[in-house]
Amino acid sequence: MRKLFAAVLALLLAAIAVIGGLVLGVIPARADTVVGSKAFTESVILGEMARIALEDAGVAAEHRRQLGGSRILFDAVRAGEVDLYPDYTGTLRFEILSTEKLAGDGGIAAALARQGLAVSKPIGFSNGYALAMRPEVAERHGLRTISDLARHPELRVAVSNEFVDRADGWRALSAAYGLGAIEVRGIDHDLAYRALADGQIDVIDVYTTDAEIAAHGLTLLEDDRRFFPAYDAVFVYRSDLDPRAVAALDALAGRIDERAMQRLNRMVVMDGASERAAARAALGLAAPQGAAPPGLWQRIGLRTIEHLRLVAIALAGALVVAIPLGVLAARSRRIGALVIPATGLLQTIPSLALFVMLIPLLGIGAAPTIAALFLYSLLPIVRNVHAGLTGIARPLRESAEALGLSTWARLRRIELPLALPTIMAGVRTAAVIAVGLATLGAIIGAGGYGQPILTGIRLNNTATILEGAVPAALLALAIEGAFHLVEAAVVPRGLRPAR
Amino acid sequence: MFELEGVAVSYDKVEALAPTDLVIAEGETLVLLGPSGSGKSTLLRCLIGLARYRGSLRFRGAPVSDWRALRPRLGYVIQEGGLFPHLTARGNVVLMAGELGWDRPRIDARLTELAELVDLAADQLDRFPGELSGGQRQRVAMMRALMLDPDVLLLDEPLSALDPITRVRLAGDLRDIFARLGKTVAMVTHALGEARFFGGTTALMRDGHIIQKGAIDDLVRDPADPFVAEFLAAEEAL
Repeated sequence: MRKLFAAVLALLLAAIAVIGGLVLGVIPARADTVVGSKAFTESVILGEMARIALEDAGVAAEHRRQLGGSRILFDAVRAGEVDLYPDYTGTLRFEILSTEKLAGDGGIAAALARQGLAVSKPIGFSNGYALAMRPEVAERHGLRTISDLARHPELRVAVSNEFVDRADGWRALSAAYGLGAIEVRGIDHDLAYRALADGQIDVIDVYTTDAEIAAHGLTLLEDDRRFFPAYDAVFVYRSDLDPRAVAALDALAGRIDERAMQRLNRMVVMDGASERAAARAALGLAAPQGAAPPGLWQRIGLRTIEHLRLVAIALAGALVVAIPLGVLAARSRRIGALVIPATGLLQTIPSLALFVMLIPLLGIGAAPTIAALFLYSLLPIVRNVHAGLTGIARPLRESAEALGLSTWARLRRIELPLALPTIMAGVRTAAVIAVGLATLGAIIGAGGYGQPILTGIRLNNTATILEGAVPAALLALAIEGAFHLVEAAVVPRGLRPAR
Repeated sequence: MFELEGVAVSYDKVEALAPTDLVIAEGETLVLLGPSGSGKSTLLRCLIGLARYRGSLRFRGAPVSDWRALRPRLGYVIQEGGLFPHLTARGNVVLMAGELGWDRPRIDARLTELAELVDLAADQLDRFPGELSGGQRQRVAMMRALMLDPDVLLLDEPLSALDPITRVRLAGDLRDIFARLGKTVAMVTHALGEARFFGGTTALMRDGHIIQKGAIDDLVRDPADPFVAEFLAAEEAL
């Protein structure tokens, strides 16, 4: 009985360790130069262009796509996890380098240089704010510039909700151009294009490279008083980047204007082309051919391995740390009063914030994701170990003591086995939570089921979202079921509810 | 066997056992009798180091410094047995012997001997406590307490949770066992009948004090204070 119990427990731990160890080898090693991109289509296309340009210049490169937002990419490039990524001068000025209070784009290069970074020549287009109209409406009223709007206060203007509220949004724009007579409404950005096409509104705000501008053939009003800041696309790279790579990036300067970028975005978002195909088109190369992309089952299989790897390593680590912690917490009231709230506090850190906070320490990819999952797994296990041990009836605890068993023998032979059902429930909870949370790891490049979810959200493609969401849900159910089987095997007959 | 001088126990500043002097002689059967809350269980728990006491407690003339080392020489049985539900009856009984490194033949021989002594069928040993009757559980608890052949048996209300028929049968068997083994026994009970049945010395307790100590018939005949007379009379009445 005792040996069987120990063996099953050892097997369980070994299985977790072996799965973790096996799948460790599956992820390819880091290539020489890593290109990163943000989690929206344009950024992924630009990242892909950079990768192809670097490869053509003889620099081995890898593209880690859709890694979340500017802050994540900027931290990653500073930490050396990523060597370069595409960004916009406006974003750099107002978000990343906001404390520098730069007067114009001219100061960006110097500010970046102080952090060991550099910026490429502009790629040729700006992805900033603009006002858009249907061409026939603009023509009918003879509108060409934003200044012209002041003569037509009867026009129905609707701008995105955030643009209404921003200090540098509609209010400032209206003041700069004297548009005070125009009544403005807030509207969801995606609905705005439909409402404009239906003729329910006349003027909306857009990003200058939105695919819809090309798709609907919209007219952009010229910003004749230069109100909107420039959001020129550039590459941010590490100062120690291979000179051949720097030359290759600078060679992309001026290659793509707003119309070209609109078409590239449209190719991917509306026509279903791959980002790679769009990037090759932008560089004047033939559409990619050769090996067919991996099939659905192969993709799911690979992601399952990635996902399980994240969860298994995090959970194995959490078991090793949380069980002794829980035991100590149950032993000493003082330690308990410290450990239980501390692990509870970890749980309250918003998951996205925790992932991002770990980047400077652990870079991007699997490591920070595993660390975050590990931290989140601590509480359910520590708490249940503590609850299981302190919940043992006093007569049983004292009977063990009265026999003359040592502290260690009591823990091993009596207390942990009695607490086992509660402990297993905690581990099960931790595992199921980890499976769900691991999907967020895709934002920082950890792969797994979050990858298709992220892509699906970016492309507004439900089928792709489900390709990640359904296996994630099934895996959570499978783990739940597997744990019930393991519990049935390891919980001694005497502790099972009577039938 | 035990010499207590001024042994006292407080829980959260409430005195559960007043400073108590007591000598338990080798081979003596001492019954600690009294109403609930009188401190009799607390006194017994001092004798196995489970209660944190003040004062001097000596075992065979030497102050006890390491309770864990002493406990294999003390057998402890509580109400409902205190058996570990995740171990079979056998697992409960041999637990400590296994930890001490006894070999298989020695363990098996001792098991057979004890099963016979407490009158437990061998096949009951493979059952879990939840699958045994209350009387069987107490017999297993006795086996566990006796496994290492201790010098002293400490029993805390061993018969209280049993139905009357089982209780009488087990009481008889226990008395025979005590007689056959000749061990020092300290037993807690609230029932006068049990004190009389097991004979020996009775210490009557109230509010953390030993009020009177002696043979039970002497207590009945010559109560030291009105409480003794009242308690004994009340116990006789029902």
